[in-house]
Amino acid sequence: MSESLPMAGASAQVNAAGLSKNDYRGAPSTLCVGCGHNSIANQIVAVAYELNIVPENIVKFSGIGCSSKSPTYFLNRSFGFNGLHGRMPSLATGALFADVSLKGLGVSGDGDTASIGMGQFKHAMRRNLNMVYIVENNGVYGLTKGQFSATADVGLELKKQGKNLYHPIDICMEAMASRATFVARLFAGNAKQLKEVLKAAIAHRGIAVIDIISPCVTFNNQEGTYYSYTYGKEKEEPLHDVTFHFASDATQNTLTYVPQKEEIKLEADMVEGEIREVKLHDGSFITLKALEKHYDPTDRMNAIRTLEEAGDNGWLLTGILYANPEAPALPDLYRLTDSPLNRLTEKDLRPAPDTIAKLNAMMF
Amino acid sequence: MTEQVVNDFSITVGTPNGSGSSTANNTILRAIFKMGIPVSGKNLLPSNIQGLPTWYTIRVSGQGFLARREDQEIVINLNAQSFAKDLASVKSGGAFYYEDSIKQPIARTDIAIYPMPVKKIVREIPDLPANLRDLVSNMVYVGILAQMIGMDKEKIELALKFHFKGKEKPVALNMAAVHAGAQWAAANLEKKDPYFLQAMNKTDGLIMTDGNTAGALGSIYGGVQFVGWYPITPATSLAEALSEYLPKLRSDAEGKHTFAIVQAEDELAAIGMTIGAGWGGLRSMTSTSGPGLSLMTEYLGLAYFAEVPVVVWDVVRMGPSTGLPTRTAQSDLSFISHIGHGDTDSVILLPGDINECFEFGWKAFDIAERLQTPVYVVIDMDFGMNQWMTEPFRYPETPMDRGKILWEEDLEKITDFGRYKDLDGDGIPYRTVPGNRHPRSAYFTRGTGHDDHAKYSEDPNVWHANMERLKQKFQTARQYVPQPVLHGEGSPVGIIAFGSTDPAIEEGRYQMEQEAGLKTDYMRVRALPCTPEVGEFIRNHERIYIVEQNRDGQLHAWLTARNPEYATRFISIAYSDGLPPTAKWVKTAILEKEQN
Ligand SMILES: Cc1ncc(C[n+]2csc(CCOP(=O)(O)OP(=O)(O)O)c2C)c(N)n1
Ligand code: SF4
Ligand SMILES: [Mg+2]
Repeated sequence: MSESLPMAGASAQVNAAGLSKNDYRGAPSTLCVGCGHNSIANQIVAVAYELNIVPENIVKFSGIGCSSKSPTYFLNRSFGFNGLHGRMPSLATGALFADVSLKGLGVSGDGDTASIGMGQFKHAMRRNLNMVYIVENNGVYGLTKGQFSATADVGLELKKQGKNLYHPIDICMEAMASRATFVARLFAGNAKQLKEVLKAAIAHRGIAVIDIISPCVTFNNQEGTYYSYTYGKEKEEPLHDVTFHFASDATQNTLTYVPQKEEIKLEADMVEGEIREVKLHDGSFITLKALEKHYDPTDRMNAIRTLEEAGDNGWLLTGILYANPEAPALPDLYRLTDSPLNRLTEKDLRPAPDTIAKLNAMMF
Repeated sequence: MTEQVVNDFSITVGTPNGSGSSTANNTILRAIFKMGIPVSGKNLLPSNIQGLPTWYTIRVSGQGFLARREDQEIVINLNAQSFAKDLASVKSGGAFYYEDSIKQPIARTDIAIYPMPVKKIVREIPDLPANLRDLVSNMVYVGILAQMIGMDKEKIELALKFHFKGKEKPVALNMAAVHAGAQWAAANLEKKDPYFLQAMNKTDGLIMTDGNTAGALGSIYGGVQFVGWYPITPATSLAEALSEYLPKLRSDAEGKHTFAIVQAEDELAAIGMTIGAGWGGLRSMTSTSGPGLSLMTEYLGLAYFAEVPVVVWDVVRMGPSTGLPTRTAQSDLSFISHIGHGDTDSVILLPGDINECFEFGWKAFDIAERLQTPVYVVIDMDFGMNQWMTEPFRYPETPMDRGKILWEEDLEKITDFGRYKDLDGDGIPYRTVPGNRHPRSAYFTRGTGHDDHAKYSEDPNVWHANMERLKQKFQTARQYVPQPVLHGEGSPVGIIAFGSTDPAIEEGRYQMEQEAGLKTDYMRVRALPCTPEVGEFIRNHERIYIVEQNRDGQLHAWLTARNPEYATRFISIAYSDGLPPTAKWVKTAILEKEQN
């Protein structure tokens, strides 16, 4: 078995997994030029490359929507399943039992998650699936051409829709309420933060919900509205500067086979108390540098309060709102065989012939 | 007294729902079974936890007929609400037992009447703590009945030992009530009806269990690895049996499990998980009933199109809508056979007895993985939740068929893997599953149009060719599904049926021959699509009665659509009222048409 398939002729630069950036790409995007979802797909490619991920260790999932199309635009060498509208979580729940060493990477939309898929979304949190759950949130249904979604601002006016009468659902708040173990809000236009948080989310064992404000340039990008580019560019307020650091002990990292070492370089101007460290399950960690004020992402009540406040005031607070790296993930709750379930054979799966007489004796 | 009638009668017990009579009723059934006498028992339940009338009807038949009968020779009533109805239901010359605190007029003189002072008898059981009286009081009527019809008390004890999993104390308490009832009857009742039991040896070597348990156990021998489910009567006990037996039968040397069970938040999720797991290469299943199946429809359509193997058990209840949730029917066949929107075809297995529930339990996975499609195993409330005597389960006679699956070493030998390429001309492509680490293993699964390599495509030719291949795969299925069972030979009159109508049809055929000299040939189909034997049967019979328990004749419609040239031979005998069918219905319906 060969490790990689470098593109013919390309003198590609490779990462520690021996793979070039091309090995992480997908098909060309068919979304609108300028769509927020495209920048997210690009960052996923970059992050997977930088993390030296072996693509076969990731399984992609999505529901239905422009956003849910994007798994075809990254990680061609990962298996993927584009399921039903609002039903990605259940699909992932079953599939990830097949081989619990695999990491799920799901992409959904605000309609897909907060409208039709709210039930499954919340149960995925409750079960702590081992997957990254990205919501490409544009406050609108892109694929069906511009209807209000459940996250659209109350009072928003759209061309064919008129005025939105209902209050928005806050996806991060719903995640918090359902005990998600990692919750972040990001803006698709902030590439640096997106990459660092995405790395942390991938390293997190359990469900990592990332609600990414991802403007729909075609149907919901009016100047000054919450989901527009201008709003994000002008009003985004990062809670902290996030930096992801590899584990010093590479054996703990299950997604890549390659040893990796990195020393943390504390910035010279960093004062005690300004920086907070959160250790992730595989030994990697993130450092969060305080900006305006300190924010403790392990404090659940504070996260909920912060979200409530931000919602009331229309603040676009970004960063890691909450992280609980120690909670057991779904497979940890099951006592499964060491080898992946989908590698078991008849010998493991069919009880021995002598059991049938015992079984019949157990009947009346 | 008239001549004794031995081992040929029905007993019906009327109680309020939730009064704990099921232990008593199952005990009667099991004791008679252990006496070697063929017997069947059916719950005729209301959808209610406590209060409404419920009946349990037992058919005792030395001849081996196990269908429900309309005639009731012995009726036991412990429910004032159904007293008048129960009294009226006793066949002339029969026996009526009732709890004597019920004070209602009894005008019948053509039957034996036996009042039972159950409360008094229980009160007088020595050493029985007052708080346990209610718990064992139902055993009093078991004891009285045992005394009056000659039911073996040792067999009653065997039944109780089984029920209480060998725990001595509850067995002793309940037996005390049985003995108290029997002693009271011996001293106080004079036998005035002719119905008696006499031990036989006709159940030697047989076991007794229900279809849901059998289906679950068969699935376990089929190597089920993932179960996603949501509770619904009458399918719940199938998933519960999986939860009970999987840890016992499928833990490795260290006690680690080779399976996972998730109780989902609803059926939308149950099927999503099941399909996810099937796609991931696990032997994956769910069990549900009509309303749940309705919710699963969209995902099942995707699984058909994306070619994901899963096994779906439908334990049918009355519909549409909530219908009669605790009653039985065969009314989901049309729905399932084209479940999902667009053009679909479903592979359906139709067990016709409890042993086949076990057998099709394991076979369903082989067929699903071979064909890479959802396979439906359709039974009903009557099979699923009632106790039946049956041949012992047989160990699977064929090794597992994991179908066309490629792992790393297989891909090394192939230069161009295309997920939906039909390399063998049977319509079945090759698949890889997540966890395969070969760099050429992955593909993207979608419900949208796709080409041989699973790439998005709206090319009309690609779409058309793919749908034709799926259709061809459905033809290939005919090689892999169970063949029908044929009874009788040479009559121009045929009967085609499936599933739990079998006992009523067998008995109906016997009666038609005895009473009207009408011989019939009977083919019980065990799967859709049909194997070639069914076509042959149709060609070889002048008239074919298609007997089923639904309003519109769903199997009749299925067969007519696929055999239009023989449509005029088909006569639909379809009826559904929530009760398991009787031989009398089969006989009357067919003879009526024959005499026209
Ligand atoms: C069961 C079902 N109902 C409706 C649709 C139509 N539909 C497709 S995408 C979509 C909305 C998607 O919105 P969102 O999840 O926000 O994704 P976006 O396109 O905005 O990225 C709808 C309603 C569908 N595919 N399936
Ligand atoms: S319609 Fe909106 S969401 Fe869809 S691709 Fe275009 S910009 Fe993106
Ligand atoms: Mg949207």
